[in-house]
Amino acid sequence: MSTPSSTAANHTKVGPDRPQRTAGSARKAADWARRAPLLPALLFTIVVTQLPFVATIVISFMNWNSYYPQDRGFGGVDNYVSVFSNAALRSAVWNTVILTVTVVLVSLVLGLLIALLLDRKFAGRGAVRTMMIAPFLVVPIAAALLWKHALFNPNYGLLNGTLNAIWKLFGSDGAPQIDWLSTAPKIAIEISLIWQWTPFMMLILLAGLQSKPADAEEAARMDGASSFQIFRYLTFPHLRQYLELGGLLGAIYIVQNFDAVFTITAGGLGTANLPYTIYQTVFSAHDYGLASAMGVVTVVATIIVATFALRVVSSMFKQEAGR
Amino acid sequence: MSTATPTAVAHPHVPTSKKEQRAREMNRSKPVWGLLAWVVGILFVLPVLWMVLTSLHSETDAATNPPSIAAALTLDGYRAFFSAQPAAPLINSAMASVISTIIVLCLAIPAAFALSIRPVEKWTDVMFFFLSTKFMPLVAGLLPLYLFATETGTLDNIWLLIVLYTSMNLPIAVWMMQSFLAEVPVEMLEAAQIDGAGLIRMLWSIVRPVAMPGVAATALICFIFSWNELLLARTLTGTIAGTAPVFLTGFVTSQGLFLAQLCAAATVISLPVLVAGFAAQDKLVQGLSMGAVK
Repeated sequence: MSTPSSTAANHTKVGPDRPQRTAGSARKAADWARRAPLLPALLFTIVVTQLPFVATIVISFMNWNSYYPQDRGFGGVDNYVSVFSNAALRSAVWNTVILTVTVVLVSLVLGLLIALLLDRKFAGRGAVRTMMIAPFLVVPIAAALLWKHALFNPNYGLLNGTLNAIWKLFGSDGAPQIDWLSTAPKIAIEISLIWQWTPFMMLILLAGLQSKPADAEEAARMDGASSFQIFRYLTFPHLRQYLELGGLLGAIYIVQNFDAVFTITAGGLGTANLPYTIYQTVFSAHDYGLASAMGVVTVVATIIVATFALRVVSSMFKQEAGR
Repeated sequence: MSTATPTAVAHPHVPTSKKEQRAREMNRSKPVWGLLAWVVGILFVLPVLWMVLTSLHSETDAATNPPSIAAALTLDGYRAFFSAQPAAPLINSAMASVISTIIVLCLAIPAAFALSIRPVEKWTDVMFFFLSTKFMPLVAGLLPLYLFATETGTLDNIWLLIVLYTSMNLPIAVWMMQSFLAEVPVEMLEAAQIDGAGLIRMLWSIVRPVAMPGVAATALICFIFSWNELLLARTLTGTIAGTAPVFLTGFVTSQGLFLAQLCAAATVISLPVLVAGFAAQDKLVQGLSMGAVK
C-alpha cells in the first residue's frame, strides 16, 4: 500500500553559478517531460483508490452506527477488538483464509496437471483448451447461480440427477440424494470457485510450459533422465515464477470473493467471509466503524499473503530490467 | 538446470535398447494422455453446456430428475428473459465496461510509455505502487464510496461506476501495457532517432505496430473484469443504473425459481465475455500472465 511513488525524488542540486543552473533547470524540464505522461494515471489512482482507504482507516477508529447517530465519535481500537473477539467475525477472518488457501492451492495443482496434459501433442488439443477456459469466461455471478440451482440443487440438480440416472441404469431407485449445500456448504463454494479458477491457473502455467526451451529437455532425455526427473529438475524450476504469479493473482481476487458466498449460501451455514460480512455490516447492521475495521483487516491479510509472492514478481522484474 | 548433470554422468552417452524401449513406451502412451485431456476438458465445460441446454428446455423438462437430456428444445426461457426488460441493465453494463475500458487505455498507455520506452527514474517503485493498489480489496473502500455517493447524489449513477471501474482496472492495465511496450526493441528507437524521426513519428511507426496486440489484450481483460463486477454495482446502483449482474441477482428473487429462464439469462449475460474470450484466447493468455511470456 505504502510503496513510495518517489517520482519527485532525485532532484538535481542546482549549483551557484549561472551556466550550471541553466543546465540543471534544462534537465529538470526534461525530467518533468518524462514524468508528464505518467502523472494522469498516477494522480487518478491515488485519488480514487487511496482516499477511500484513508477514510476507511479513519472510520475504523470511530463509533459510528447510522442507527444511533448521536453516539458518533472516536472509539479507539474498540472496533478492532470486536473483529478479533467476536466469534462470528473471527470465523469470517478464518473462512477468508481457508477459502483463499484451499481454492488457490487446489486450482494451482489441478491447473498444473491439466497444463502438463495440454502441453503434449494430441488430436484436438485446441478444442480441449477452448473447453477448458469456458468456466473462466462465465460471468462469476452467473456461475454461482448455475452451481447453486442447476448443479447442487437436491431435487433437480445435475449432480443428484446423474446419481439417479446411474442407479436407474442398474435398475435401482435408491440413489443417494444429497443436499449438497447444507451437508458441505464450504466445500460447495470451494468447488464452484476451483472450477472457475483452475482454467486461469492452467492458462498461465501452459504459457510457462510453452515458453520453456525444448533443447534442455531433449538433452536430458538423451542422457537417460526419467520423465519425473525432467519435471523435477527442469520443468518445475522454470515454472516456479509462473506458479507464484498465478498464486499471487488468484489470492488477490479470491480473498475479495463476494459473488459465490453471497449467491450460493448467502453467508449462511458458517460460510461468511470478510467481504460478505463487511457488506452485511454496512448495509444491514449499519455499523460503519466495525465494517471499516474489518476492511482494514482484510487489506492487511491480503498484503501478508501477497508479499510472499511479490518477491518472485520482483525477481522477474530484475530479469526484465536487464535488457 | 545443472542439477540434471548427475544423471547425465551416471548414464554415459550410449543409447541402449532400454532407452529406445522407453521412448517407444512414451509414444504408445500418448493416446492415453490425449484421451485423459479430453475427459478433463469435457468435465470442465459440462456445467456450461448444461447451462445452455437447460436454457433451451421448457421449465418442466429443466426440473426433472434424472435429467432429461433429449427433451424437446424451446426458446421459451429466452422469451421470458427478454420480456423481463433486460435492455436497460445490458446497456448500463455495456456503457460501464466500454467507456471505462477506453478511459483506462487513455491513461495506461502514456503511463506505460513513461515506465518503459523513456522510463522515469525509479520506475520499478512506481510499478509496485500500481500493483499494491490491487492488494486493497474493493470492499475496504466500499463504505466511504457509498457515503460519498449519497452525499454527492451520485448514487445509482452509471458514471460513478465508470470512474470506479477505471480505477479498478488501471493498475493491471499499466502493468500489462508496460510489459508489452518493453518489447519494443531499443535499437530500433535509437536508429529512428538518429535518422531524425520525431517522437510522434517514432510512436506511430515503431511503437504502435508492436504494441497493438498488447492494447487489444489489455482492453479485453478490462472489459471482462468490468462486465463481471457485482459488489460495487450492487451497492452503488439501483433501478436506473443497475448492471447486468445486478439484474441477474434480482431476476431470481423477483421471479421465484424458474430454472430454464435463469439459465437463459445467465447465458445471455455471459455471452459477450464468452465470445470475446474464445475469439482472443492467445491474447488472453499473454495478458493474464501480464506479459511475463516472452
